[in-house]
Amino acid sequence: MANLANPTVFLAVTRRALPWLALATAALFAVGLWAALLAPPDYQQGETVKIMYIHVPAAWLSSFIYVVMTAASLGTLVWRHPLADAAQKAAAPLGAGFTFICLVTGSLWGKPMWGAYWVWDARLTSVLVLFILYLGLVALWRSIEDPGRAARAAAILTLVGCVNLPIIKFSVDWWNTLHQPASVFRLGGPTIAPQLLWPLLIMALAFTLLFVVLHLMAIRNEILRRRLARLTMLAAAEGDALARRFAAGGSGA
Amino acid sequence: MSDIPHIGFIVAAYLVTAAAILAMIGAIVVDYRRLTRALDRLDAAGKGDDAQ
Repeated sequence: MANLANPTVFLAVTRRALPWLALATAALFAVGLWAALLAPPDYQQGETVKIMYIHVPAAWLSSFIYVVMTAASLGTLVWRHPLADAAQKAAAPLGAGFTFICLVTGSLWGKPMWGAYWVWDARLTSVLVLFILYLGLVALWRSIEDPGRAARAAAILTLVGCVNLPIIKFSVDWWNTLHQPASVFRLGGPTIAPQLLWPLLIMALAFTLLFVVLHLMAIRNEILRRRLARLTMLAAAEGDALARRFAAGGSGA
Repeated sequence: MSDIPHIGFIVAAYLVTAAAILAMIGAIVVDYRRLTRALDRLDAAGKGDDAQ
């Protein structure tokens, strides 16, 4: 596992593993979508419950990706792991993407069920804050040219922002919210009927595996980007040295 | 299918999700191709390293 810290080993391992992981993701999505299609309607929500099969996994991922980024930030600041900042940088746009899916699908479920696309409820607002945090982190990485400084600044912002995670999780318990409380991961077991729960769990696994595949691909891109930057600088330095030699030769002639 | 209540909201949710996922995959694949092409150009110019 420690060998994966070596970018060359990481590239070799991901080259072998990615096709299999992508295949497993596609198979899980096929099974999950088929199970979601066949699942019975909810006694209150009717067929609108089908939106839950994409909304809930996206919501879980939006928080999970931030946990991954928090761990990567600790890896950057505390252990100075060579791939930690690449993992943190690669995860931020994916976190924004899955949080966007969570917000939009929640909104499309809210209109027929609550009568409104959006309410300033504690759960919805804290997830919107998470989305803005992801966008802020993407912007921060793009605005600082020196990768080392960008990594440290992004790691600090990520660690500050992780205070939002318990707020998202417990907002439905701490405040009187329109959003329903936890119905799957709760003390006393899930409150969802098994016919509705199984497709949800398969879709959650498919979404998680999709994130793993995309994250590995994005980290691989980051390693290649750094390699390209290093080689371009070397080539430019060689070009400068050649130009100086020519200039020195020219003035001496 | 059109008899299902709120079918428009359900279809819209799945379409938005598919579009967002495809956009993420597309962005990463395009970035990968751009980077590998640039590295190949450097390699061809004799500036590449052996670590790749």
